[in-house]
Parts: sequence; C-alpha cells; structure tokens
Amino acid sequence: MPWKTANYRNVNENPCNMCMPMGGILPFKGIEEAMVIIHGSQGCSTYMRRHIAEHFNEPIDVGSSSLNEKGTIYGGAQNLFQALDNIRKVYNPRLIGILTSCLAETIGEDVEGMARDYLKKQGLDNFPLVGVSTPGYGGTHSEGYWLALKKTVAGLARPTEKHGGINVIVPNLSPADIREIKRILEIMDVKYTLLPDISETLDRPIARPYTKIPPGGTRVEAIRCMPGAVATIQFGITVEDNISPGHYLQSEFGVPLYNLPVPMGVESTDMFVGLLAEITGGSVPGVLKLERGRLLDCMVDSHKYNAQGRGAVFGDPELVCAVVRTCAENGLYPAVVATGSGNSGLKEILGPVLVECGQDVCYLNEADFMRVRTSCRENGVNMAIGHSDGKFLTESEGIPLVRMGFPIHDRVGGQRLLSVGYTGTTNFLDRVTNSLLEHKYKNYRATMYREFYREAGK
Amino acid sequence: MINVSTAVPNDNLIVERQSSILVKGGQRKNQLKCDAESIAGCVSQRACVYCGARVVLNPVTDAIHLVHGPMGCASYTWDIRGSLSSGSELYRNSFCTDLKENDIIFGGEKKLARAIDELVEKYESELVFVYSTCVVGVIGDDLEAVCKTAAHKHGIQVLPVQSSGFIGNKSAGYRAACDALLRLIEPPGGARPINSRRPVKSVNYLGDFNLAGEAWIIKDYLKRIGVEVNVVFTGDSNYRDLKKAPEASLNIMQCAGSMAYIARRMEELYSIPSLQISFLGLEDTAASLCKIADFFGEPEMMRRAEELIKEETIAVQPEMGRYHEKLAGKKAAIYVGGGFKAISLIKQFRELGIDVVMVGTQTGREVEYQTLHDISDDGTVILDDANPSELERFMTEKGAHLLVGGVKERPLAYKLGVAFIDHNHDRKHPLSGYVGAVNFAREVYSTVCSPVWKYARETGGGLYAVENSELPER
Repeated sequence: MPWKTANYRNVNENPCNMCMPMGGILPFKGIEEAMVIIHGSQGCSTYMRRHIAEHFNEPIDVGSSSLNEKGTIYGGAQNLFQALDNIRKVYNPRLIGILTSCLAETIGEDVEGMARDYLKKQGLDNFPLVGVSTPGYGGTHSEGYWLALKKTVAGLARPTEKHGGINVIVPNLSPADIREIKRILEIMDVKYTLLPDISETLDRPIARPYTKIPPGGTRVEAIRCMPGAVATIQFGITVEDNISPGHYLQSEFGVPLYNLPVPMGVESTDMFVGLLAEITGGSVPGVLKLERGRLLDCMVDSHKYNAQGRGAVFGDPELVCAVVRTCAENGLYPAVVATGSGNSGLKEILGPVLVECGQDVCYLNEADFMRVRTSCRENGVNMAIGHSDGKFLTESEGIPLVRMGFPIHDRVGGQRLLSVGYTGTTNFLDRVTNSLLEHKYKNYRATMYREFYREAGK
Repeated sequence: MINVSTAVPNDNLIVERQSSILVKGGQRKNQLKCDAESIAGCVSQRACVYCGARVVLNPVTDAIHLVHGPMGCASYTWDIRGSLSSGSELYRNSFCTDLKENDIIFGGEKKLARAIDELVEKYESELVFVYSTCVVGVIGDDLEAVCKTAAHKHGIQVLPVQSSGFIGNKSAGYRAACDALLRLIEPPGGARPINSRRPVKSVNYLGDFNLAGEAWIIKDYLKRIGVEVNVVFTGDSNYRDLKKAPEASLNIMQCAGSMAYIARRMEELYSIPSLQISFLGLEDTAASLCKIADFFGEPEMMRRAEELIKEETIAVQPEMGRYHEKLAGKKAAIYVGGGFKAISLIKQFRELGIDVVMVGTQTGREVEYQTLHDISDDGTVILDDANPSELERFMTEKGAHLLVGGVKERPLAYKLGVAFIDHNHDRKHPLSGYVGAVNFAREVYSTVCSPVWKYARETGGGLYAVENSELPER
C-alpha cells in the first residue's frame, strides 16, 4: 500500500479545507445564547458568515473587531473592546467567543489577556469570555473547531460534584445528525450534556417571535458542570490530545474518556450503543434493534451495487474516517482518502480497516483538489464522497459526488442530511447506492455500445 | 439631521451608527455618513479589500489568479462567482501560496517566487495576478520586487494587487484591482492619448462581470445599434483584449462603485471619455442605449436604438404587465453592495408598481446616496453599511414584503417571513437588459406571491411578530 503524503509545496491548487477561525465559529453557534467575534479585519467574518449561511440556510451573525491600519500598527485592544461593547448591547449574549485571525496573530495580539482586561475594566466577574487563538495559517477549520471547543471547556469547567450524567462531545456533524445522537441518548435513558449542540440553532424552525440569537444550544451551566460527569464520550478518534476537550476533562478532572469513532456504520454505532448500555447498566432497547436490522437489510440489498464503486473520500479527518469505515463495511472500498488537514492519523486508523480490501489506497493529507483529482484519475475512482467543493471532480473528471459534510453550498439541505446511527447510516448508504445507480443508468447503454457493437463487415 | 432613534425608539441601535441612517423627508438634504470604516462589533455585511480586488479581477479568464497568503482567503473565493467565459477556464482555479507559520516568521517571498514559476510552467499564461492578503501586508513581503523579477524571468506580465484586508474596505480593493488593470493596459513606453482610434465605434464596457452571460447580452444590443465592444472590464475578458483597451473611443460604465476610478484615470491618460449607464431595468436600459447613441451623434444609430427599444419593449410588455398586476402596492427593501445598483433597483421596482421602503448599500458613494435620497419617497429609510439587526428592524417596521440582497441576507429575510431576491455575484441567471428585466420581475413575482407564505406567515418571525401591525397583504 503506497503511502503518499503531500509534503511542503509552493502552491496549493484549489483548496480542500478552510481556515482555523472558520472552524472556531461553529462550536459557539451550538452554545445557548452565545455570540462570537473575530478579532481581525472585517472581511474574515463576512466571508465565513457567507459560507456558513449558505450551508445551513440560517442567518449567521458573527462580530468583527474590524481592525484597520491604525489598529494593526498600534494594537487592536480598543477595537476589540468596542466590538465587545456593541455585541453585548445588540445581542445581549450570555457567552462570547473571541477568535483571532491571521492579522491579529501576526501583530502579536494576546486575545486571552485582552479578554481578562476587558472583564476587569467592565467589572464583569462571571461573564464567560472565551478567547481562542486561531491564526488562519495555524491549521485548518478542523483544528479550529476542536481548539475552540477545548478552550470553551477549559474556560468554563469547574470542579463539580458527580451528577451521574455523561458528556457527549461531537465533531462538526449536521444538525440532523446531532438530533439523531440525542434521540439515541434519550431512547437509552441517558442523562447527558452534548457539546456543541447545533441541532436547533443551525436548523431553526420558522417561528415567532424572531430572536437575534436562535434558541437552543448547550447551556453554559451544563458546560460548567461537565467535570461532574461519570464519563465523556467524544467522537474524535483523529483529534490530537492538545486540542481535545475530552482529553482535557480527563487529565484535569479525571473524567474517564471514551474516544469513539463517529457512530456511523454498523460497527461504530454498535460501539456507541454498546458503551451507553455498559455505562448506564441498561440494555439496548428494541427500537434500536429494529433499526439495526433494517440497516443490515439495506446493506444486503445494495452490496452488489456498492461493490462496483471505487471511492474518493475527502473532508474533515473525523468525518473521512467515519465515511471510509462505513463504505468499507458495505464493500465500497475507497481508493483515495484525502483531507486538507495536516492531521496524519488517517492511514494509521484506516489502514487496518482497509487491509482486507485488496486494493491500493492513496492517503493524502494537506491535500488540494488538483492532487485529489490526479489521484482519482490514477486510481480509477468512480465515486466521490465529500463536501461541495468536490463538484470540481464531477466537472473535470465526470465523477459523481455524494455530498456529505461541510460546506454544502450548491445544494439545499446540508443541515438536514442524516448519516449517523443505524437509521442515518441507512439513509447515507441509500444516497451512495442511488448515486452509483444513477451514474450507471445514465451511461451503460452508451458504454456497452462503444465497447461491443461493431458494424457488420468491420 | 433627524435622529432615527427618536423617530422610532429602539434600544438596540448603536449610537455610532445613527449618522449612517436617515429617513427621507426628515430634512431637506441628504446628510448620510458613508464611505467610512465599519464600526467594530456592528456585524457589518461588508467584506474586505482583498474581496473587492478579487471580485473585479477574477473574471479575467486566461490569468493565473494567485493568492499570496493563508489558505482561507483562497478557499472562500474559489469559483463562487457566476462569471462566464467564452474561452479559457483558468480563472476558475484558486491558486494559493498557502502560507504556514514558518513562512510568516521567515517571510514568504521565496515561496511566492517558486509558486509563480511552477504555475507559469504548468499553465502557460501570459498574465499572473498576485493578490496580497492581511498577513503579507504585515510581514512586509515585497510583492512588487518578486513580481518584477518573475515577469522578467518568464517574459510575461506578473502584476501585484495590493489588497491587504486591513488597509481599507471593499472600495479600496476595487481601486487596487483598477491599479493593476491600469498597469496591464499601459502600452510599452508609457501611457499617452492614442491618436489613431479604431475607425469603428468602439467602446470599453466597464463594470460588467458577465454574470450568467450579462455582458454577452449587452454586447449584442450594442452591436445591433452599430457599436462594437472593444473589451469588457472584466467579464469574459482576456489578456490580449484588455491590452487593446486604450484604443476605444468611449468607456461606458455599469458598476460605478468599482470602475469610476479607472474610468477617470483612462480619461486622463488616454483621453477616453466615459458615460455612466445602467442596463438594469427597462427604463435604464432604454435610457442608456439612447445615451450611447447620443454620444456618437449619428442619426442612424439613434434610429436603430429607438427601434431596438421599441421592439424589445413590446416583446416583454405582456409578461411584465401580468407581474405588475400582481405586485402593485407591495413594499420592497433593498440592501446591496454598490450605489448604482440600488438606484437602478428603485426604478425597476417602480416599473412593477412596488414602493421601496428601505434602501442601503455596503459601499455606496456620497453622490450615489444623494441620488438615492432624491428619488426615494418620503419615509424611506436610507442607510449605509447596515447590519442584520438594523435590516431586521427596518424591514419589520416598514412592513417590507421582500428584500433584495446577497447570500448572507437571504436567510434573515426568510426567517422574518420576507420574500427575497438574489442580486449577488453567484447568481446563475442574467438580470441585465430586457431579458434580465423579465427575469427580475418573474423572480419578484415567484417569491412575493409564493403559496409558501400562506403557511409560513401565521407562524413567521419578526415581520408578523410586531404588535398591532396588520398582516401585509400577500
């Protein structure tokens, strides 16, 4: 199995990832009555708002300290303080996250120190201001997401009496996925704190009255009490310890950490459901057994179609792992596994999963789409699974794309895509299989004609 | 000036924002504050200098567009615009030097030079635009020097675009792009008035980015009245055609926000006069065609323009009439990027019998706000650099039935139960000329009169949540 990695290079051709602060915004959108500010120039927040709004079809308000030339030269504290004042006045949030941009980091702004100064100046002892250092050149949106979560937990968590609940920490999944995870937790009668909870905030029903901050999200008080949980389940097998909120809770407060893969596919969902049963001492409810049976039925029904797929999977490392495992369970073996992140754990984690597949697998980290495209061509890929930027593969190579992950900006419903749990996996597999079938129906007459038909006498 | 917060009390209005909002009729003159920096924490809808530069230059189809900076800036601008090409597709790639921590510490000049080498070798382009981003402005990479060396080495044009995000707002980016374009079109030996203009009536068409083929539509109109388009700035343009820009006898300008500066410079450098025109809406399209014919002073051209106007107007009238019938009396809110677009939109809404109750822009200029003020009805809220909170408030208070805006504004409108028109750069249908006017009217009709509001309005958000306000007629 050739191990290929994108080493240092001079030019990236068509990015496969976004930047750190973009990822940092998302967790704050899943905390109750929270707002977030980007300390940097105005454009950063606007670009990110636009991208997120297009994916979720929701209003995405993100403040900016609107750093100008003066602030860049003399320091941006005044801009940031003004931004905090104005955000508090208009939105009246209960928590504010402050993310830095490239600009703020390059001029050496100490955002955590500035947050402390602001609270002192305003006489706000207990107001949670969470500063996160997220230079755009420091990592991708995946790392930004996890770092913002870790800083939030580190900033809020207090020694708490054991309360018997479970912490559930989730990667960047769809609101529909979060709802499904919550449903499973509720079916299994588990008391939990799920962080971050975008299930309502980023998939908001039409309802009156309109509020500037959408209802829902993890309660600030619940985050404070996370150290009192009996365990943390974190869907983050690719997450490195230094940005892992679950690891933080374990090392600082001794909360046992169960780092699980995203509950997608039979094995991973079994692991999640099994662990819940183990922790709570309960059994797996009948309704989940039925759903599991239906998933198996779906897999059997579609396995021969899936066997014809040769996949390219790309996106956030955590989701890439989940998708690859799920596809492999169904006999659709990925030939190209790529992420824009520098996270190098993919081969280590997925190597054993794909060892049986009998094909070469090309692993790419710090990938760009030109490289993904070349690898797809070299490896005979006929199906891509990932976010919308993969439309480039469809346009340039005619490879059908099953949209999955973030961002999905050229189709509606990214926020409603359900892919986790037994039921979600069933939905996901149907989407993949149908995409293969659609491609087949569209092409097989012409393909067979080209291949086999010969005019008489020739 | 009228203090809006006393006219319509509201606790949420930020004090520093008051001078950027006024109500028409409150005073004799327009005294709106505009073209100023955004206020921190106001959740401005504006983008940055880099964005402005990228918008203007990206439609140049056969150029290598190289972002010198971190990945995010390249990621958020990769092929998100609807500019079409009749030739090269190179512009649809987003190239980036992908600066990392070490590059920030040790400087990115060498990496940039190598990136240009690699790209030029691979794609054989005659033109490279190198965009600077925030960090590059701070670490002080000498773009000018790197580009000069690369240009010399490869025998092509490599132009730096000074678009660091913090040096101003989007308008500064337009200017940075125009400076790069001015360098591009400069003939060898320096800029000078061209004595021998091309014999045909040839114009440069400035400020059309060929979204969904809009520039092609207008080129066809102009051809029909006997005017040849020399080159479009910058929709479906390429290196060779842009080089010919100084040969035109007239510049016509659609998007003044981005192009007024280059039009003025081309008049100074090449003695090319310019006309502000607009092809948005029936009224402006007709007026613009006549204005161009009038400039050339040829009776035959004017005759052909009038003929075209008559022919096209008659063709679209029945459909426009049907929409007018359904839409008369409805109220619209406008929040768009530039002032020229807002002005045209007010006229377009009038053509459909719709009143504009709120109008604002991200980067409108003083002269444009004066026009907006002049043509607005009394009571219309006019605002510069608005934010979601203000948009929500004024749409709700004014009972707007629809909003025209960009991607970020769309979900806000929908959540408030307000219909929405996409008037942004990633749309996939033309809004220019006669075909565009019909598309626009059809879109307004399809959103304002959609059956979904029958179900959504009872439970809808802000617009219907206002106590004692009547439900607007749908």
